[in-house]
Amino acid sequence: MTTYLTRTPISLDTLLTEVADPGCGGTCAFLGTVRNGPDDQGVTAIEYSAYEEMVEAEFGRLLADARGRWPEARVAVRHRLGTIPVGEASIAIAAAAPHRAQAFEACRYVIEEVKRRVPVWKKELRVDGSEIWVDPSGRPTVRPSDRPSHV
Amino acid sequence: MDSATPATVRVRFFASYAELVGRSEAAVSLSLPATVGDVVRRVREDFPGARALPERPLAAVNLKQAKLDARVQDGDEVALLPPIAGGR
Repeated sequence: MTTYLTRTPISLDTLLTEVADPGCGGTCAFLGTVRNGPDDQGVTAIEYSAYEEMVEAEFGRLLADARGRWPEARVAVRHRLGTIPVGEASIAIAAAAPHRAQAFEACRYVIEEVKRRVPVWKKELRVDGSEIWVDPSGRPTVRPSDRPSHV
Repeated sequence: MDSATPATVRVRFFASYAELVGRSEAAVSLSLPATVGDVVRRVREDFPGARALPERPLAAVNLKQAKLDARVQDGDEVALLPPIAGGR
């Protein structure tokens, strides 16, 4: 069975091998990496959790949608779960197609749909020891002080 | 009018919602016909921490996103999903 999830570092080489095809002249790779930018308040890592059964199902539907749009493209994707340190990839996508335009388009489509449809959640781990759930606009959904004390 | 049909659905909570409710799943009994919204209302009544959940959360039935007016059946898995972690 195909699995789109992993708890170990993602190998982009593996994805590139999966999409490689003599008929493909363009391959586009995307890596989403854990960031600690100037506005990120000392992020050291992000803990990714998921509704794993639905992630697998949703990736299957999403890649079928991509095949419908770009029938000649070959797309591979992995999402990593667990605690991922700054600088390491949480998601990787490789899209190969006969020509570069379809490769770029398919790759962009998949990452945008993942962000919209795939049930994965992020908890930022910060240098001051705090842990904060992140919602799509980057705001905390639950502050540590709001959590039940038994958690 | 048809007599009510009893049904049980498995409700799953994830990420911040699991922390709020203090559990990752629950069995909820209700009478059919019922909707995802009915399941949400029942959960918010039955579990003290669940009152902090939104009244209209994102939801999935049997691994697929579903609207709150979607019908549920006996044995369905209903998941309440925090906002999906996008990023720009």
